Amino acid sequence: MSGCYYFYIVCHTDSPIFEMEFMPSAKEPKKEDHRHLIEFIANAALDLVDEHMWRTSNMYLKAVDKFNQWFVSAFVTASNIRFLVVHDNKNEDGIKNFFMEMYETYIKFSMNPFYKQNTPIKSIAFEKKAQFYGRKFLTS
Amino acid sequence: MSRQTSRLDAKKVNSELFTLTYGALVTQLIKDVDNVDDVNKQLERMGYNIGVRLIEDFLARSGSGKCYDFRDTSEKIQLATRMYLGVSPTISNWSPSGDEFSLVMDSNPITDFVELPDSHMGLKYSNMLLGVIRGSCEMVQLEVSCWFAQDQLKGDNTTEIRVKLLRKLEDSVPAGED
Repeated sequence: MSGCYYFYIVCHTDSPIFEMEFMPSAKEPKKEDHRHLIEFIANAALDLVDEHMWRTSNMYLKAVDKFNQWFVSAFVTASNIRFLVVHDNKNEDGIKNFFMEMYETYIKFSMNPFYKQNTPIKSIAFEKKAQFYGRKFLTS
Repeated sequence: MSRQTSRLDAKKVNSELFTLTYGALVTQLIKDVDNVDDVNKQLERMGYNIGVRLIEDFLARSGSGKCYDFRDTSEKIQLATRMYLGVSPTISNWSPSGDEFSLVMDSNPITDFVELPDSHMGLKYSNMLLGVIRGSCEMVQLEVSCWFAQDQLKGDNTTEIRVKLLRKLEDSVPAGED
């Protein structure tokens, strides 16, 4: 059960616009039944994210919530887009680097005039980047 | 002695602002006009209107004189692209008769950050540039036709604009005069 990371991007109206999971390659995906639970945990953490974000001027809020063995780390952007990672291993540096890279990727993607803000992200290039950074910083 | 300030030239605009403005223009056109071909035509017409005015500015700034042949013209177009877009294109693929050439650009500043969605694959995003070339050449009595041979937004490595000289325009005497 170690080393799994679930990444969500939530827009300012609280609807998810992107999600991706990262699992160490050795694991087989037996976690289908956990997906709904993970999504609940992520959504429940949004309230705490809103609380924490006023306490610090950083964009990276470290671990904001804990549920059983799952931690939720968050990153809030200036336009109130929230990046959440639900994970069971503490990996602060890796998650922080991952958030910074995803933030840059998100900015470049949102500059595309054809992308309407707060709509689901459906770009293959974005997914590839997310997978690459996930593998580099989270499951390496 | 006045203090050295590293002020940006007041007449220069941040290139990202320019890129985003062009992007907003294209997306608004697409919303207003559903047909992709009509959008292409509108962009080309807008470019044409820009070109007929831009040529005066270009000639004033570069101080260049008459072109002796089409190769001179291609060099002037290359210079203008460098002046106005900040990129240095290369000229290549001259046709045997010397009336057609390619302008190859490795990067196109107006398409920074742009990814064409699948539903608009027929869109010629940079069509305005073709209009600018056509408009400015028409003002110096050259009728040219331009099209995209390669487009980075559609997956090619470079953006290649093909320019062909159709004919020299002669001023015609108005009807009724000898």
